[in-house]
Amino acid sequence: MDPFQIQKAPVQYDVAIVGSGAGGGMAAYMLAKAGAKVVLLEAGGYFDPADPKYITQLKWPWESPRRGAGTTRAFGDFDAAWGGWDIEGEPYTNAKGSDFQWFRSRMLGGRTNHWGRISLRFAPDDFRRKSMTGVGEDWPIGYDDIKPFYDRIDRMIGVFGSVENMPSEPDGIFLPAPKPRLHELMIRKGARSIGIPVIPSRLSILTKPVNNERGACFYCSQCGRGCQAYADFSSSSVLVKPAMKTGNVTLINGAMVREVITDPATGLCTGVSYVDTQTLQEVTVKAKSVVLAASAGETARLLLNSKSSRFPTGLANSSNVVGKYINDSTGASRSAFVPALMDRKRYNEDGVGGMHVFTPWWLDNKKLDFPRGYHIEYWGGMGMPAYGFGWGIEAMNGMIPGRDGKMHPGGGYGASLKDDYRRFYGAYVGMAGRGEPVPLESNYCEIDPNVVDKYGIPVLRFNYKWSDYEVKQAKHMQETFEEIIHSMGGIALGDKPNAANNYGLASPGQIIHEVGTARMGNDPKNSVLNKYQQAHDVKNLFVVDAAPFPSQGDKNVTWTILASSMRTSEYLIDQVKQKNI
Amino acid sequence: MKRRDSLKALSLTGFGLAVNPVEAAVPAPPDVKPLKIPGGRQKFEAERDARLNAEKFFTPHELQTVTVLSDIIIPADERSGSASQAGVPAFIEFMMKDQPKNQTPMRGGIKWLDNTCTKRYGKSFVLCTKAQQIDMVEQIAYPSKAKPDMTQGASFFSFMRNLTATGFYTSQMGIKDIGYVGNVPNQWDGVPADVLKQYGLAYEERELTQGK
Repeated sequence: MDPFQIQKAPVQYDVAIVGSGAGGGMAAYMLAKAGAKVVLLEAGGYFDPADPKYITQLKWPWESPRRGAGTTRAFGDFDAAWGGWDIEGEPYTNAKGSDFQWFRSRMLGGRTNHWGRISLRFAPDDFRRKSMTGVGEDWPIGYDDIKPFYDRIDRMIGVFGSVENMPSEPDGIFLPAPKPRLHELMIRKGARSIGIPVIPSRLSILTKPVNNERGACFYCSQCGRGCQAYADFSSSSVLVKPAMKTGNVTLINGAMVREVITDPATGLCTGVSYVDTQTLQEVTVKAKSVVLAASAGETARLLLNSKSSRFPTGLANSSNVVGKYINDSTGASRSAFVPALMDRKRYNEDGVGGMHVFTPWWLDNKKLDFPRGYHIEYWGGMGMPAYGFGWGIEAMNGMIPGRDGKMHPGGGYGASLKDDYRRFYGAYVGMAGRGEPVPLESNYCEIDPNVVDKYGIPVLRFNYKWSDYEVKQAKHMQETFEEIIHSMGGIALGDKPNAANNYGLASPGQIIHEVGTARMGNDPKNSVLNKYQQAHDVKNLFVVDAAPFPSQGDKNVTWTILASSMRTSEYLIDQVKQKNI
Repeated sequence: MKRRDSLKALSLTGFGLAVNPVEAAVPAPPDVKPLKIPGGRQKFEAERDARLNAEKFFTPHELQTVTVLSDIIIPADERSGSASQAGVPAFIEFMMKDQPKNQTPMRGGIKWLDNTCTKRYGKSFVLCTKAQQIDMVEQIAYPSKAKPDMTQGASFFSFMRNLTATGFYTSQMGIKDIGYVGNVPNQWDGVPADVLKQYGLAYEERELTQGK
């Protein structure tokens, strides 16, 4: 077969959606339910966590020859994410002085398969940080615009939590939250004693069933492996599958979309071209509207690569804003050893996948030397041993007297060492700050002029440096972590991160919360999309991932992606009905 | 193209006969049996695992050294068996191939140990008496106390200890030993009452009543 032959699919779809993660899955669900003929393009393979072909849930470490080490999967052998920060044949580059790490999941449902299920609403203030602080950007919409969609998603998808009446952390429609585990009760008691709030976490995990298609959580703590009961949210299980049941969705896996095709006369989208990752054939699908949900990075890449004489700087980029203002959450962490937890009674405390409690942002930035807040996530407990278990005991067992009451040098071997592993099991906790960065024009991704991926598609080059705002925030996190650790009688592990290492601030991209590369706004001169996430320049082009978000709060953005995608999908349907598109 | 056909094509080339130059330059790979992909693995992972399992890293002497060391680190006791009984040496062998950055510290560390034992006792580590082996291990088992000529050995021993601990406690035997009782469907209804009492902790009223 001639590899350069271009296949043209004969049908014209109502909508082509690029990407099947949270945004694309929701758009496919909403549009298909409304009767639109949808083609859903996913670069990765099919995935169903209830099909034995894909199940890793409830497997034991010895079922992996590397005992779950992250050799081929960043978060370990059993993690659901196919892909990672490095994918063979799919490079990206960094400009000098930049170190952006770009995580991609190539699979149905995208990164919603392994995510932490943390489902927080933005607060009213999260939409207007520029007005409040003078830096960053306001959203063209506010909490009231998006609240009805949050409410609908809470009911439809399910999220547990507790009513707190905190203005910075709006309550949703919650399922019952699981009770804290022992280490979480200790953290809560300690933190509260020094004025730091600890409240039940808000995760999209079904502590009670919400419909007949999905079961309830059975507390194995393994949401990151994908759930065979569909008791947690992933786009593939919860949105794409029901969307396909309507009969209105054509799912194409292995479709690496290369370009959005436009009509040179009208400037409107007519479809997309993709490379079939198996055959390497170029295929074009026709659609009346195009919805991008490929992730902030891939959506920007696709727009910038969709150049034509009418759109010489890339599609929908007359503002030259595509790719700019990319921003990831800040992240810094510390772990600790809690002597009181040594020699614990054993029982099953797996719980849900992730933390049962967290600390929402509790301070006023006006009184601090950095302009944005952060929340704190916690871990610990008697988890299932995996690769890395027992590592580094030589730095631990010299700190604490042995059973004989005497101090011994760290390390050792034999019967006493074996006993130490048992004594120390389950006596560790950890905490991580996840903070809001200030989006900057100087942080951007662009097309690398020299590099293509294995499909011949030009790749992204990142330019990203943390500013003083984020470094100071990380410094504050580290101070807080030590205070919390000491408040609960813990011993902080390792050296305290300091200015020389940016206070442990993770490289941008490592937290996998990047947003903002096609920001929405009211002025077409400095934004890519209008307040409905519709391109200013191309009225039948929409973006429903996190690329449109002018900022990200200190709230993990998945719940807002879902709400915004639902809102945009209804707007699209309405515009079609009104014959505006 | 099957392997024997490509060989045929190659032999024809020798006679100067016309063959497709691309095929002559790149002989077809040998026929391989189709690989069964275990549940939960991607194809490339299954292929990689099969390839690694077919390779051997340790020499018999090295494997013997690793076995003796791992059993000194985690011996059998009244609760569970030893590291080698839990399959730790095979796990360490796999990790050498899976993450090749491990190879030099491991191979070199074993060699360091043998060199040092030869100097001290006149023979390699595994040929030493049990008392000599323990005497040697005492020199390198406590990094903060290691003498200047023993620090490389202490680093190696910590590396061995880490691999041994992970290999043991991620085995069926080790998980039973450590007392991990999860990884089964269950209902989480909070910390057991006796444990709450032991730590002087209590749930809030709303936590006890919610969902009821």
